[in-house]
Amino acid sequence: MENTILKSVDFDAYFGENHVVKKVNIEIPKNNVVAVMGPSGCGKTTFLRCINRMHELIEGASTKGKMLLNNEDVYEMHPIFVRHKIGMVFQRPNPFPNLSIYDNVIAGYKLNGMKMNKADKDVIVEQSLQKAALWNEVKDSLHKKGTFLSGGQQQRLCIARAIAMEPEVLLLDEPTSALDPISTSSIEVLLQELKKNYTLIVVTHNMQQAARVSDKTAFFYLGELIEYDDTKNMFTNPQDKRTQNYITGRFS
Amino acid sequence: MKPHIKYRLGKSKFFKAIVILLSTLCTVPLFLILFYILREGITRINWHFLVNLPKPVGEAGGGIANALVGSLLIVFFAALMAIPVGVMGGIYLSENKKSRLANLTRLAVDVLQGTPSIVVGIVIYFWIVKPLSTFSALSGSVALAIMMLPIVVRSTEETLKLLPASLKEAGLALGLPYQRVILRIVLPCGFSGVISGIILAVARIAGETAPLLFTAFGNPFFSTNIFKPMQSLPLLIFNYATSPYDEWHDLAWGAALILLLWVLLLNIITKITTRRWKIQF
Repeated sequence: MENTILKSVDFDAYFGENHVVKKVNIEIPKNNVVAVMGPSGCGKTTFLRCINRMHELIEGASTKGKMLLNNEDVYEMHPIFVRHKIGMVFQRPNPFPNLSIYDNVIAGYKLNGMKMNKADKDVIVEQSLQKAALWNEVKDSLHKKGTFLSGGQQQRLCIARAIAMEPEVLLLDEPTSALDPISTSSIEVLLQELKKNYTLIVVTHNMQQAARVSDKTAFFYLGELIEYDDTKNMFTNPQDKRTQNYITGRFS
Repeated sequence: MKPHIKYRLGKSKFFKAIVILLSTLCTVPLFLILFYILREGITRINWHFLVNLPKPVGEAGGGIANALVGSLLIVFFAALMAIPVGVMGGIYLSENKKSRLANLTRLAVDVLQGTPSIVVGIVIYFWIVKPLSTFSALSGSVALAIMMLPIVVRSTEETLKLLPASLKEAGLALGLPYQRVILRIVLPCGFSGVISGIILAVARIAGETAPLLFTAFGNPFFSTNIFKPMQSLPLLIFNYATSPYDEWHDLAWGAALILLLWVLLLNIITKITTRRWKIQF
C-alpha cells in the first residue's frame, strides 16, 4: 500500500519464555481506524503496546522483528521519541490526579520541560479539547482537577492529552471497556472525527464495536494474526474458519 | 427466642464490650502522661521560660532557650541529611520490588530501624566525635539522621507502592523521560503520604536522648555553632531531672511539656496534610 504509515515485519513478542505475539505482519494505512479484535489473552494488547515500545517496560519482556513507522524502525529510535509520535490511550481513564484539566492536556509539553508562552498553550489546550469533543463541557472549569470529571469525560481528557502532542498514530487499548454505553457511543463518534487527522489503532474485544468504528479489522487468535481485511469483508465474508467461528460467537 | 441463639448473642455482646474496653485502655497511658506533665509543667511555662537561659543552681527562674534552639537546629540538620536519602531510597524500593539490591536495602533498613538508639550514638561517637576530638551538634544530627532514615525510606516506599501503575504508564506513554515521570507525577501524587512520613519521623527523633548523650553532649550556654556541643530538649530533661536541685527539676518539667507539645503538634500537622493534600483518583 502506498499510504502505509505503520508496518510490522515478522514481529514477535515475549514475556520471558512465553511467546505471546507470533510472527505478525500487518500494514496500517494512514487516516484509517484499524480495529484489533480477538478473545482475551490472544496478544492484541501486547501487540499494541509493542508499537509504542511500552511492552519492553515490563520485566522480562522482549521483542523480535521490525516495527516500521514511515519506514523507520521504531526499535532503532529512542523510545521517548517514538512515544511522541505514537500516542496512547489506556483501558481505564488515567488523567494525572495532581493536575488540572488544563495542565493535563499540556502535560506532554509541560512535564517535558518545554517552555511555551501562555497564548500558545491556550491554543493547544483549546484545540485538543475540541478535537476530543470535550471543550464545551469543560471550558468553564479548565483549572479544576481532571479527576472530578465523569469516566467518559476523563477518557476524552486522556485522548485530548494524547493528541495534544500531535502524534501520527494513536493507539487505543479498549478505550471504552470501563465506560457506560452513552460515554462509549460518544467516544466511538469521536474516533470517526479523529481519523481525519490521525491514524487510529483500537484494541477491542467487542465485535460490534469493531464493526461500527473501523475501516479495517485484524483478528488475533493465540498470538497469531489470523485475518486482516476491510471490516466489511471481514464481517460478511471471513476467509478463515477461526474468524468465522469467532464472529458467529462459537467461541469467545 | 431459642436459648442457643440467646447464648450466641450474649457472646457477641461480650466480645464487643471487651473490644471497646481494651481500645479505651490504649488511650489511658497517653492521657495519664499528658495529665501528669501538664500538671507539673504548665505553671513553669511562660514567655520568660522560652527566651531565657537556665539560671545557675540556687537562683529561681531561668528558661530553656538554648535547648529549644539547639533541638530545632539538631533536628533540622538531621532532617536535611535523612530526607533526600530516605525519599530517594524509598523511590528505589517502590520501583524495584524484586531486585537483589532492593532486597538488601530493605533488610538493611529494617535492621537499622530495630537498632537501639544508644548503639547509634556510640557508633557516631567513634566515627565523628573521636576523630574531630570534640562533641558537636553536627554529630548529634548525624546520629538522629540515622534514626530517621528507615522511617522515611519505608513510609515513602509504602506510599508510592500504593499508587496505581497506570499513572506511571500514562506519563511514559506521553514520552516523558523516567526521571520526570518519577519527580513530576509519581512523587507529587504520593506527596501527602511522603510528607506525613517525614513529619512523623521528625516527631520521633525530636525526643531521642540516647544518641545525643555522647554526640551533641549538651551545653549550659547558648550556642548555634553546629561544630560545638549544643543543648537539646531531651538532653536538658535528662541532665536536669537527674540533678539534685529543685529549680532544675522545674526546668526539666517545663521542657518535657514543650517537647510533648512539639510532638503533638507535629502529629496534628500530619493529620491535616494527609487530609488537605490527599489526591483523589
